[in-house]
Amino acid sequence: MTASVDTLSHSPTTVKSVVSAAGVEAWHVESDVVPLIAVAFTFEGGSAQDPAGKPGVAQMLARLLDEGAGEYNSDAFQERLAARAIEISFNAGNDAVGGSLKTLVKHADEAFELLRLALAEPRFDQDAIERVRAQTIAGLRYQQNDPGVMATRRFFEEGFAGHPYGNPTSGTIESVEAITRDDLMAMHRALVSRSRVRIAVVGAINGDRLSLLLDRVFGDLPESGPLAPVETTVLQGRGSRVIVDLDVPQSVIRFGTNGVAWRDPGFVPAYVLNHILGGGAFTSRLFQEVREKRGLAYSVGTSLVSYRAAAMTWGYTATKNERVGEALQVISEEMERLKADGPSDAELQSAKDYLIGSYALGFDTSTKIAHTLVQIAFEGLGIDYIGRRNGLVAAVTQEDIRVAAQRTIGDGQLLTVIAGRPTDL
Amino acid sequence: MDTGPKHHLRTDAPLYGRTEGGGPELSSFTLDNGLDVVVIPDRRVPVVTHMVWYRNGSADDPLGQSGIAHFLEHLMFKGTDKHPAGEFSKVVSNLGGQENAFTSFDYTAYFQRVAREHLETMMEFESDRMTNLLLEESVVAPERDVVLEERRMRVETDPSSQLSEAMAASLFVHHPYGIPIIGWMHEIETLNRQNALDYYKRFYTPENAILVVAGDVEADTVRRLADKTYGRVAAGGARPVRFRPREPEPVAARHITVADPKVEQPTMQRLYLVPSCRTAKDRDCYALELLAEVIGGGPTSYLYRKLVLERGLAVNAGAWYMSSAMEDTRFSVYAVPAQGVSLEALEEAVDEVLRTIPAEALDSDAIERAKTRLVAETIYSTDSQSSLARIYGSALAIGETIEDVRRWPTEIEAVFKDDLASAAERYLIPRRSVTGYLKKPAA
Repeated sequence: MTASVDTLSHSPTTVKSVVSAAGVEAWHVESDVVPLIAVAFTFEGGSAQDPAGKPGVAQMLARLLDEGAGEYNSDAFQERLAARAIEISFNAGNDAVGGSLKTLVKHADEAFELLRLALAEPRFDQDAIERVRAQTIAGLRYQQNDPGVMATRRFFEEGFAGHPYGNPTSGTIESVEAITRDDLMAMHRALVSRSRVRIAVVGAINGDRLSLLLDRVFGDLPESGPLAPVETTVLQGRGSRVIVDLDVPQSVIRFGTNGVAWRDPGFVPAYVLNHILGGGAFTSRLFQEVREKRGLAYSVGTSLVSYRAAAMTWGYTATKNERVGEALQVISEEMERLKADGPSDAELQSAKDYLIGSYALGFDTSTKIAHTLVQIAFEGLGIDYIGRRNGLVAAVTQEDIRVAAQRTIGDGQLLTVIAGRPTDL
Repeated sequence: MDTGPKHHLRTDAPLYGRTEGGGPELSSFTLDNGLDVVVIPDRRVPVVTHMVWYRNGSADDPLGQSGIAHFLEHLMFKGTDKHPAGEFSKVVSNLGGQENAFTSFDYTAYFQRVAREHLETMMEFESDRMTNLLLEESVVAPERDVVLEERRMRVETDPSSQLSEAMAASLFVHHPYGIPIIGWMHEIETLNRQNALDYYKRFYTPENAILVVAGDVEADTVRRLADKTYGRVAAGGARPVRFRPREPEPVAARHITVADPKVEQPTMQRLYLVPSCRTAKDRDCYALELLAEVIGGGPTSYLYRKLVLERGLAVNAGAWYMSSAMEDTRFSVYAVPAQGVSLEALEEAVDEVLRTIPAEALDSDAIERAKTRLVAETIYSTDSQSSLARIYGSALAIGETIEDVRRWPTEIEAVFKDDLASAAERYLIPRRSVTGYLKKPAA
């Protein structure tokens, strides 16, 4: 089954660039079918900018932006949001602090004003800081002995030892206890900058009105100084196997090796390869070998992780303690086999057909479209990327796959972290 | 291949909100063999969501075979005479589609999302496995291992899931809602091919199913394609009977604890046995829905303001109501204690706050805010064809009507202060409750 020319050459949605009078740019999809507006935005610089020894500042900043701003304390601010069912949320990742807004069209003015206040005039009241600190610490305690969380934390500690990416985005109980109001204000000054924001807006709003609202929200944000440089790195510890002891009947496994960044010209072939190995569908090799044939696990898969300063292939599964060694062996063998023999031509074509055909499925809600667009903008791939992307997938050859396998699976050495009490290693 | 969510914010909604008006209407009809069909238009992208819902869930599992509904859901991917194991998934994938399935207490559903031109192919495969499932012994054992791993992942490694299971088992003293959807470990281990086939033959018939198609397609097209595919499946005779025992009137306030060395952050939960939208008399379910939002829906709710903001006894607190159920259901209140606050002290404070609901929680601003949020949710849900398909499919599967769903915002608007006070006084009472503590064992 071949993808039609239609899916190859047509963008699943029409995106325009809107630039406001003050020079704020947003990618815009206008659609009047549902009376709502969805906004996604992202500011360059996330938890990798946390001060040395104090992980968790960017994350706590994100949690405090809607806890009081301008003349409204936290409760008053939340009441204004709730009274009109306006949803604003913020989050922090390694490389960015981002967020989203969803509102009914009839409340757009109020919604954009509340977003402006949250970004430009957060109060950082001491009672709000203490409350968010207590919530963050409770969250860390709640997850402290969760095998999935433990395995992931340890994986990043090992894989990015000595690098900011090795620190947990949400911090540690000790570091969160030590964060001060000054830390949060300094992080706010450093990150919330009009020159480092990417914005996408989807919904029932025209370009002229959007342009005015963009200026109101983002136009007066300060230009900030340069971010702290984040050194380019690769995954450490490949070839080693780490066990985090925990008394549970099932071990959670994280494994990883080199990857290819989204901005790298070799990304799309690596993405196709990853789909064949452990991508989201029930057809992947790991799903077939680990789950379908052997019943070793409920979930198994791999994904390409792309940070500003590192890229990796990251995998996950969980199996009972008695079969951990067996699962790891199957995974290693499948990776080796895929690198040595490559996919069959039919397998490669199937993977491309899936990735091309399913691309439009990610564009079926306003919120999803806004998030996809802002991610593409953040990666610097260009506003035409959505239209070009299926062509890039279609063009992938067996030779491209061989190169991608060399760059990712490579020597087959994995960093493996196991949280549980495996008995067959 | 998923067990349904334990609870969720209900988003049942008309297609278009009361003040936003207009928009295409959805259609419904029934095929000659008894299959109900609903078509929900969404023309924004050339994509369709194709779902089949069966009116059977974990609460219909035969005694001693807990987990069979969910196990069969997994086995439904194992092929027929015409389409061997894996072929359906491969075809969906080659067409650029996505698929999955899920099991809940009252229903089981299967879905694919594909470009609209592939709808007929999906219907052909889905109607084929409605009646022609072929379970080879060799696929049953590994899939049972998969389900056991799923249970280990969701429950056996997670003390808070164990508390949730124990609380439900305690709340429902007689009704099967007290049995986990995925089943008890020791019973999943014994489920076999014959159990699965018996269950399949009993429940997988056109009369027991609902086809929901949402997306860029005309109702006439859906009818024509459904006749060609599902229409060929022989009628089973009559819709299978679901026998559900009724809960006795509760008399005992119950307290239970899961104490596990892995617990570093204690929590407290409370469940009350309350009517669902199917069993409630006098519109109580709408009052309970709004009550949950007023007292426990986010940072402006009564519980959060009292326990977190004013008294500093909790770092989080809230409430939810699982309205979508065929029989009596759960209303929950939960709180996470602040550092140094015991669960006992927190529970006492929760009870004090609950007692003051009629006098203090129900000011008109709070009620209006909660109504606005619930009604807005119904408009937000129209942004997603999958959400709409789920809302209508789940409603029909538990015996509600399309009209019930469309009327929901109007019903919420018609709830007043006295209704809320009355619901709180009648239902949030000790003898209807189970209180659960999650904590570390005493040293």
